[in-house]
Amino acid sequence: MGNLAPILPEVILGIAAIFLMLFAAFARRGSSATHWLAVLALLGACVALAGAPQESGRIFGGMFAADGFAAFGKLIIFLSAAVAVIMAHGWFDREFEHSGEYPVLILLSAIGASVMVSATDLMMLYIGLELQSLSAYVLASYRRHDARSAEAGLKYFVLGGLASGILLYGISLLYGFTGATSFTGISAAFAGGSIGFGLIAGLAFTLAGIAFKIAAVPFHMWTPDVYEGAPTPVTAFFASGPKIAAVLLGTRVCLDALGPATDQWRQIVIFAALASIVLGAVAAYGQTNIKRLLAYSSINNVGFALVGLAAGGQGGAQAVLFYSAVYVVMTLGAFLCVLRMRDADGRPMESLSSLSGLSQTQPLLALALAMFMFSLAGIPPLFGFWPKLMVFNAAVDAGLLPLAIAAAVLTVVGAYYYLKIVKIMYFDEPTGAFQRVREPVQTALIVACALFVSPLGYLLINPIGRLAANAASIF
Amino acid sequence: MIGLAHYLTVAAILFVIGVLGIFLNRRNVILMLMCIELLLLAVNINLVAFSAYLGDLKGQVFAMFVLTVAAAEAAIGLAIMVIFFRRRGTIAIDAADQMRG
Repeated sequence: MGNLAPILPEVILGIAAIFLMLFAAFARRGSSATHWLAVLALLGACVALAGAPQESGRIFGGMFAADGFAAFGKLIIFLSAAVAVIMAHGWFDREFEHSGEYPVLILLSAIGASVMVSATDLMMLYIGLELQSLSAYVLASYRRHDARSAEAGLKYFVLGGLASGILLYGISLLYGFTGATSFTGISAAFAGGSIGFGLIAGLAFTLAGIAFKIAAVPFHMWTPDVYEGAPTPVTAFFASGPKIAAVLLGTRVCLDALGPATDQWRQIVIFAALASIVLGAVAAYGQTNIKRLLAYSSINNVGFALVGLAAGGQGGAQAVLFYSAVYVVMTLGAFLCVLRMRDADGRPMESLSSLSGLSQTQPLLALALAMFMFSLAGIPPLFGFWPKLMVFNAAVDAGLLPLAIAAAVLTVVGAYYYLKIVKIMYFDEPTGAFQRVREPVQTALIVACALFVSPLGYLLINPIGRLAANAASIF
Repeated sequence: MIGLAHYLTVAAILFVIGVLGIFLNRRNVILMLMCIELLLLAVNINLVAFSAYLGDLKGQVFAMFVLTVAAAEAAIGLAIMVIFFRRRGTIAIDAADQMRG
């Protein structure tokens, strides 16, 4: 039977998903209870993580590793999934009766994402990625009476399916030319002989498939449409948990499986990083929809995480992990604020112009959103500055000085549209107040995120840094 | 004698047809679903051919996983297509144009 302790978090979530599915079907008006039980299960899985790193065991024949790296990623994934469930509270009830499936799908997607960060074998990688993606397709088209949501789901499905095909083709080539599906076996094959055309093609296809999942340029085209069309809590989840899972999956594949081929993948990653930063900054200029704008912001931020990956080694991995943790908090905070944008009838509003004069009608909300924007732009003294500095530092240490300089200059270009939002909120004439929303838990989350990105966040550099260093020590 | 190279060539041709099908086809979503299936089947040919060539069972196990996941993926894809059809009354790809930018 073996010891199943390393997958305890996944087991908890799996049982919770099955139980909640039945619970939601039989409890008539119990959708609120379903949501809170799902949050409880996710927090329970976070607690269960505490035991897993000590096991550090590889199970299922070495296909699944419960190490510090995976635990760090899972903590981010489970917490962001919990926030996504809390966000939906009071969102779907309003217009939509079948909200019971939502937490279940989030749980399944979280299991897939957590398998992704633990995968040390191409087979496990594929299964985790597909479990996460298939749940995500359904989530994107969740508001089935809304044409935009259906369109988002359709686009996500077609392009996601294409990405899976490309990834699998790369995997099949890697398997064929190395004779192994485990990361250690592939790494040994790359280190052993000359790297031929088949291996390079396999590497390129695999990285292209992963780039699709993390929405890095040139495989980003689905992101703005899907982020705009999907329900806002779902968008927030896409931008946080699964995205970080894919970034960490890419990190493990590059540093672990493809470690000896660093020269080959580094050029690809550097190109994707710079292109993502540029496109994320430039394409956001003309946008008028805040969810679309945050989609470009996430493309831009993924670019910075990839700069850390391009640096490689323990330092690079540590910078990527730190960046991911801070990015998730900033993004979730921004989406929690977007959730507050409701017109007089309580319908969601998404246009940037509806934010005008927010500083006069709801000063605290405006202040929180302004902090998230400044932080996403990486302006000191807010906390978003620190991970960017770490990423540049890692790039310089790895001898990639031109890359670090280019990325730092491009940060300034990206700051423009974040500042535009702040300008609209603080200097434009008010057009009409948002309806007040009574969701104390969400308000508490906004406050917590705002405190995290405020200069007080610098107190967390040591604890997060220690966790990240411990997580990166496996490379 | 048919060797590994022949199988890989067939798989590569199928893969290219699938990718081109997704990008060139402007008519309807069902064709896109078929193209995605074609991609996955091309990968399966690759996996099984490599598995037989290397005398290693992992490739065939992998192909089983791919088949299973492809079935689930097709089910979800068709379901999303039905939702889209109910809202728009068509499954033409050009109809998916509500969001641009």
